[in-house]
Amino acid sequence: MSDSLALSRTLPQATKARKADPTDEPALVKAILIGVALLFFALFLVLPLASVFVTALGKGFAAYWDGLTNDDALSAIRLTVLIAVIAVPLNLVFGVAASWAIARFDFKGKSVLTTLIDLPFSVSPVIAGLTFLLIFGRQGPIWDFLDAHNLKIVFALPGLVLATVFVTFPFVARELIPLMQAQGSEEEEAARVLGASGWQVFTRVTLPKIKWGLLYGVILCNARAMGEFGAVSVVSGHIRGETNTLPLHVEIEYNDYHTVGAFAAASILALLALATLALKLWAERKLAQDKAARREDAVQA
Amino acid sequence: MSTALFPLWRKPSALPGFGLTMGYTVAYLSLVVLVPLLMVFIKASSLDWASFVTAVSSPRVLASYRLTFGLSLAAAILNAVFGFILAWVLVRYTFPGKRFVDALIDLPFALPTSVAGIVLAAIYAPNGWVGRWFEPLGIKIAFTPLGIFVALTFIGLPFVVRTLQPVLEEFEREQEEAAACLGATRWQTLRHVIFPAVLPALLTGFALAFARAVGEYGSVIFIAGNIPMVSEITSLLIVTKLEQFDYAGAAALAVVMLMISFVLLLLINTLQWWLQRRHSGRRASGA
Repeated sequence: MSDSLALSRTLPQATKARKADPTDEPALVKAILIGVALLFFALFLVLPLASVFVTALGKGFAAYWDGLTNDDALSAIRLTVLIAVIAVPLNLVFGVAASWAIARFDFKGKSVLTTLIDLPFSVSPVIAGLTFLLIFGRQGPIWDFLDAHNLKIVFALPGLVLATVFVTFPFVARELIPLMQAQGSEEEEAARVLGASGWQVFTRVTLPKIKWGLLYGVILCNARAMGEFGAVSVVSGHIRGETNTLPLHVEIEYNDYHTVGAFAAASILALLALATLALKLWAERKLAQDKAARREDAVQA
Repeated sequence: MSTALFPLWRKPSALPGFGLTMGYTVAYLSLVVLVPLLMVFIKASSLDWASFVTAVSSPRVLASYRLTFGLSLAAAILNAVFGFILAWVLVRYTFPGKRFVDALIDLPFALPTSVAGIVLAAIYAPNGWVGRWFEPLGIKIAFTPLGIFVALTFIGLPFVVRTLQPVLEEFEREQEEAAACLGATRWQTLRHVIFPAVLPALLTGFALAFARAVGEYGSVIFIAGNIPMVSEITSLLIVTKLEQFDYAGAAALAVVMLMISFVLLLLINTLQWWLQRRHSGRRASGA
């Protein structure tokens, strides 16, 4: 047993008996672990991803193109983009405001507020959709008012946007809060002392510091906004060409046994997912570079 | 004007904008999240106690709880095991395509759930890429509870890997060397030195995967078959009640699910707090 001590380096006969690094696994164990990991990875991640594109193109490119460019699919794409264009900026502004309040000031109840901001992540998407149906739906408390003024919230664009805002609510804030907390507020305070206005402090000092973190949050927020299914499904009413987003279009085509149409729409969403992953990696790298540069500055100072 | 007096509940600061940003944060949070969630409780309370109990504990509902929580637990356990191996392999070993594997781990976060649903249903169907190998063995995956298990494993996969990776990366190799010097075998080092250090992170990842699986809807409904009492998850049951315009019944089920989610959230936060405290405690006392 004890022949594997560090001392053994000085004893030539012991080194021959045991060359292996004691903090490493034997090559066979390594190979098996890598094999198991890769098999699991292939089975659950690579195979589904490949299957999207293979099935979408299974009946040839013409059928694929037709599945993408028919009126229903196009209007679903337009609606999905429109919802993201409204919902993402809303949560972006909120995320910046919330992280300014939380990371730059000390007040009571801060941890409660931070937990509440994360709350939508632990609510089932179906329940998120349900909440808006309960408020604005036919049995809701303000239905008579909405009906009298001919305002449509659920089964229309406003409901879809609300449900999307709910499920993507924490993305920007939860990226920015820890980032801004780690950066501290000395630079902002210095700018303030030197006579900068609040808005100048934010745009000239804070924004350059947090831009990559902000971008990271926006990328994740946008991916979820365009891909949300459960919450949107509950408030959509599934009106073809009107309240169908792309993920809902996938469902309808699939249930109608239009396999190519369903997978063609799915392939667009899968490409969006891949683009998201690539952009996310890029933002992560920029964020790490920024952090390293700031650390260097701090050391020099 | 705002610099005249600071309220007792916050410390003075040289920076402006607290009132504006705080006010906006609280107002937006209340309007978009808190009031809507409160509405679920208000609607559920429109039921009297007896009908509430019936709504949340009829045999069909109880069967859906068993299915949802049982399979979420099973999927989270599978993810804990394979997530550990994946994180270990990604942190410790080098192999071709490692960066590609690392980047693609987050796919279940980025892929819309309806896409995941139809794709998994297609692959695990009796004539699908994977399903056809199980068909001769008499094992059906898609359109059975086993299919739900597959979908829940898929969507929970990144959680364990992503919570374990940073902890494994920061783990000091010196501790393993010390264990080896003291005569521990590699297995003993793994069991008594490495595993206890990463256990909180593993549990956090497990809890996150479990919480996500419990509320999952999109990826499951395509592969589940959705047979009442057999393969019907609780989220689907809420949707079914909504389609029958039983809003109060749906709200009652949502209240039960929300309460369970809150308990899970509390558990995850406690775990993370424990993780941080242990981590910083070790830093302070060690080295």
